[in-house]
Amino acid sequence: MTIEGQGAVPGLTARIFAGHAGPIAVVVLAIVVIWYAGAVYMNAPRQMDVFKRANADWGAVDLIEGTWAQDRPILPAPHQILAELKKTIIDQKVTSKRSLVFHTWVTLSSTLLGFATGAVLGIVLAVGIVHVGTLEKSLMPWIISSQTIPILAIAPMVVVVLGAIGLKGLVPKALISTYLCFFPVTIGMVKGLRSPDPLQMDLMSTYSASPWQTFWKLRWPASLPFLFTSLKVAVAISLVGAIVGELPTGAQGGLGARLLAGSYYGQTIQIWSALFTAAALAAAMVVLVGVVERVVVRAMGGRP
Amino acid sequence: MIAVRNPWMMASAILALAALLFPLSAGESALSWSDIPALSVSVLIFAAMSVWLARGALRGLPLGLLLLGAVGLGGGMSLYVLYQAGAGGEAQLGFWLFIFALWTAVWCGLDAISSFRSLNTWAQRLADLLVPLMFGCWLLFLWEVLTVGFGVPQVLLPSPSMIAVRIAGSLDILAADFHQTFIKAVISGYVMGCGSGFAVAILVDRVPFLKRGLLPLGNLVSALPIVGMAPIMVMWFGFDWQSKAAVVVIMTFFPMLVNTVSGLSAAGVLERDLMRSYGARYWQTLFMLRLPAAMPFIFNALKINSTLAMIGAIVAEFFGTPIVGMGFRISTEVGRMNVDMVWAEIAMAALAGSAFYGAMALCERAVTFWHPSYRQRR
Repeated sequence: MTIEGQGAVPGLTARIFAGHAGPIAVVVLAIVVIWYAGAVYMNAPRQMDVFKRANADWGAVDLIEGTWAQDRPILPAPHQILAELKKTIIDQKVTSKRSLVFHTWVTLSSTLLGFATGAVLGIVLAVGIVHVGTLEKSLMPWIISSQTIPILAIAPMVVVVLGAIGLKGLVPKALISTYLCFFPVTIGMVKGLRSPDPLQMDLMSTYSASPWQTFWKLRWPASLPFLFTSLKVAVAISLVGAIVGELPTGAQGGLGARLLAGSYYGQTIQIWSALFTAAALAAAMVVLVGVVERVVVRAMGGRP
Repeated sequence: MIAVRNPWMMASAILALAALLFPLSAGESALSWSDIPALSVSVLIFAAMSVWLARGALRGLPLGLLLLGAVGLGGGMSLYVLYQAGAGGEAQLGFWLFIFALWTAVWCGLDAISSFRSLNTWAQRLADLLVPLMFGCWLLFLWEVLTVGFGVPQVLLPSPSMIAVRIAGSLDILAADFHQTFIKAVISGYVMGCGSGFAVAILVDRVPFLKRGLLPLGNLVSALPIVGMAPIMVMWFGFDWQSKAAVVVIMTFFPMLVNTVSGLSAAGVLERDLMRSYGARYWQTLFMLRLPAAMPFIFNALKINSTLAMIGAIVAEFFGTPIVGMGFRISTEVGRMNVDMVWAEIAMAALAGSAFYGAMALCERAVTFWHPSYRQRR
């Protein structure tokens, strides 16, 4: 039995390392190791200061332990961030302002609202552009150049100005997300709605299909793969828009407000935990869109 | 009855005639059309011309140019009504109906020009350029007329003319901000970020293990809200441009990495086999075949990064900066409710961003002229 086991082990590792799982694990591990080393390197000067002021004798082990347990480190160690995440997610009540779940929900709700309106706007624009020639020629260049405007950079201003006329809370942030979202959806859908080849379009016209029928039975199904690809981009960028939109709102809550508060008070651990939450949220939403895509494609009879 | 071949023009004529029935503005400086006889006569001429055109008298380019000229005059007249005759803030139905008439005429004119086909490449290109350009001018005009006509408070949305005056009045501040944010932070960060992304991509390509391990992570990271790193970078690298450049480096690194790696596998198997049969070494294959084939992907990343870099630098300035820079100016002028200055900064950011993007697109066209997407052009 031991011989069998010994025989199986190299085979298994070889298989793991031939795929993605092994290399990813190694790279992640390397990042964590570098991170801990970096935490020691970057926090060491301040830690030595602390020792000097306390007139304490210190060795290498003391130094390393100290740098990994500072209150406001320049670079917090991963376990400190995890502890902060546990403290703010699990140990707090969900409704409390100290709970990250509360802040995440604030961000998530405006992200989703902006994402939904942006996706609908993008699809409507794409349908118009595909069907009306003048719209394509006049509007398309402006849609493209609208994205060279760094809207994200002026997002806080949009929020402040809309707040000045009494539009507060969810809507201004969602507007920014909408502005960011519609672009990838429009571009992707224009491509997608044009993806049926001329043969298929000709077939529809030999069936004497109305434009409406051609749209629903040919163009729309053909565009779905493009739609989902651009939705993945859109949902990620929508979250970024919501977070940046929260920067000036201060106490109102949200992951962006956590970032800003953390940077004002030098709470690096708080910044990092907000960043981690935002990253997890983005990844979860992209994965969710991917799952919906798989379900829809399967329901339509497509082969994965 | 007359035969209507062009319903849009007919709608324009009806709207223009209907406009004459309603007052131009209300309030203290109440205006009706009879107060400005020259204007009323012009509107009548416009309506007559629209009816004439609605019967299909002209088509194609002449129709479009005539309409755009007429709308230009009409636009000038409506600005006269707003500014000189004092209808600003109190414009009434008559005025807006006239604007609607102009709108339908513009639409019809753009429609006519966009269906223009010519074998002369230059004429075609000019016509293709004219459509979005005129549409943009129309949008600007509409913005001006709406903000002034409805008397939108300046805090909410200043009119384009106000922003233009502001730009002209504070060129030195704008130049200083541009130098701080764009020349110092964006350009240096962009070069470092794209350069290191490219170098790591070559490394990843050389080591398949890294390709399997690093690439999925890179894909994940490009979906993450990296702008959030800005406060940390400001803490690490201080308030000056170095921290902004650092944010730009992080933001541009991953798109470059992912795109270059996928571009390096774009060369076909046949071509690669050919290189091997020539006995080409790795670097020879890389420089002679695979990098040229990867160029469309690399330029895609360069274009994406040009916008990302602007965003990164400006957002990073919200977290602390010396008293100069576009992001600094935006956040402080918002606090003082000087929204026209903010819009001036936005206009400059948009201009710089578009120029940056356009420069990359031109380079792309020069380098990847062989790519099908350029060859297939009419």
